[in-house]
Amino acid sequence: MSGPQRRKTKRPSTIAGTTPPSLAIRSVKSVVLTVCCAVVIIPFVGVISTSLATQKQVTDSGGFVLIPNQVSLAAYQAILSGGVVTRALGISVFITVAGTVISLACTATLAYALSRPGSFGHKPILMLLLFALLFTPGIIPMYLVVKYLGLLNSYWALIIPTAVNAFNVIVLRAFFMGLPPQLIESARIDGASELTVLRRVVLPLSKAALAVIGLFYAVGYWNAFFNALLYINDTSKWPLQMVIQTYVVNNSPLGGQPPPGEVIPPQQSLQMAVLVVSVVPILIVYPFLQRHFGKGVLTGAVKG
Amino acid sequence: MTVKEDRAKAVRRGAPSGGQSRGDRRSSRLRRAAAKLHRDKALLLLAIPGLAVLLLFQYLPLLGNIIAFENYEPYLGIVQSQWTGLANFAIIFNGNPQFLSALYNTLIITALQLVFVFPAPIALALLLNSLLSERVKKLVQSVLYLPHFLSWVVVVAIFQSMLGGSGLLDDWLRSNGHTTLNIIGNAGLFKEMIVSQVVWKDTGWATILFLAALSTIDVALYEAASVDGASRWQQLRHITLPGLKSIAILLFILRLGNVLSVGFEQIILQQGPVGLGASEVLDTYVYHNGVLGGQWGESAAVGLVKGIVGVALVLAANKVAHLFGEPGLYQS
Repeated sequence: MSGPQRRKTKRPSTIAGTTPPSLAIRSVKSVVLTVCCAVVIIPFVGVISTSLATQKQVTDSGGFVLIPNQVSLAAYQAILSGGVVTRALGISVFITVAGTVISLACTATLAYALSRPGSFGHKPILMLLLFALLFTPGIIPMYLVVKYLGLLNSYWALIIPTAVNAFNVIVLRAFFMGLPPQLIESARIDGASELTVLRRVVLPLSKAALAVIGLFYAVGYWNAFFNALLYINDTSKWPLQMVIQTYVVNNSPLGGQPPPGEVIPPQQSLQMAVLVVSVVPILIVYPFLQRHFGKGVLTGAVKG
Repeated sequence: MTVKEDRAKAVRRGAPSGGQSRGDRRSSRLRRAAAKLHRDKALLLLAIPGLAVLLLFQYLPLLGNIIAFENYEPYLGIVQSQWTGLANFAIIFNGNPQFLSALYNTLIITALQLVFVFPAPIALALLLNSLLSERVKKLVQSVLYLPHFLSWVVVVAIFQSMLGGSGLLDDWLRSNGHTTLNIIGNAGLFKEMIVSQVVWKDTGWATILFLAALSTIDVALYEAASVDGASRWQQLRHITLPGLKSIAILLFILRLGNVLSVGFEQIILQQGPVGLGASEVLDTYVYHNGVLGGQWGESAAVGLVKGIVGVALVLAANKVAHLFGEPGLYQS
């Protein structure tokens, strides 16, 4: 965060003829941006530091630690050595992986089926899709549908209801329609079926778009809390977000005994370690997501 | 190209030229449709899985709204339950204090969000756009986009550990001999808290569409304006802001559709410490009274009216946008 303006002064104004902003305005800007970034970064630092702190430090600081002077991994060992958090982590990983695969398959096939205007049923199906953007079904009717389909207390209730996002279908469809039609045509002339064309020609050309949409689905499944709250009553089937709600937000003590002879990590460190564990996968995929932010994969559908 | 030839062939096959009777025309249209169906059946098969999910979880719930007109009993089911007409909707009009409190809280939070959450990304996008250094801009963007990808559970937990009664801020105040604030547990500050969490989480990410719109503004406009002696403020007012108008209106219309939804996950996570009086909103009211309380019919009625109001507002706002010559959400 050190001195954004220093670098700036070396570069000429990008627009010919305009005078660069005055020093006062530039310092106000950098102060505002630095404060914005600090407001985002400081909580992260606090969470990570507290998760690594020892009992003594936590007691000394009154609860939370911003700068740890001793690092202890006891909290991570405690939550990852079996028990509620470990199980929930496994469930969340399963739901995220299975859900993303199912979502991508349904989204890509529907987007491809809608990528050829003039085909049979093209308009009505597209209208169904667009209308789905306008409203979200109510909580009660949605609950009843899941109940009547027999999905209550099943992991499928956390996957299928959110498997197809209409907006993602529209984005991917726009991407497919932008591919050179000659490629698809020539494959079809060579006798390839639609499924083969999709698998061998269209999907390999759309890796970037699929990656971004897949990551968005994955983040959605990983973060989903509402569906689990509504549809999963069995606490042994809770995904990670439900566990965080119970043990971190509502402050219930984590069950299970620490192994004898081990140091018991402080409650705050345990809680913050659970948070870190749930955020790390997002931090890992974030750079990949970020690479595509500016490329118009997501904003393309809005512009056109 | 073959698709076109194919299609032309199908058309020719189906529609022989020359004068034809109405029956002929109808049968030729049928034949054309059949030819098209035959040609596109592989495409339609591919659409089935996605379409099935859409129909099951987007359109089938619409039918489920029938229970808003019933005295729904889970053991009787939708078909067997007693039909009560509009009786369930009375809850909206008969001054039920619990419902009115939820409505009041929802409207206040929505108003605060329209005033603070909606313009924040526009301001931030303008600020980011005015930076001359691409590197600083990228850095700030990657920091500020991040909170969008956290779940509400994590965001609420982070806010608690920063601003709660035993959080970082209160620890610091305590150790310096000040009185503690316990912002999270304060019912009077609940709505402001909710709004600032939304600002924290989503302002950065929401700039992405405004930045995309800003990048489409022709640089030549700025050059011409500065040659004509326009100051930077004048350029902002007469070039930049008009360039953002369409996307701002579009997002505003979409926002109106959610005017009665103020964040189910976010709010239900934080109702414990402050109590339902300050924190109950329409969505949580539906959840508490329907799914937990068993008042299925009444809750579904509230949910249905909420949905209809949302769609009606979107349609009306779009109409207004058209009257002012704006493209809006869609063209009729």
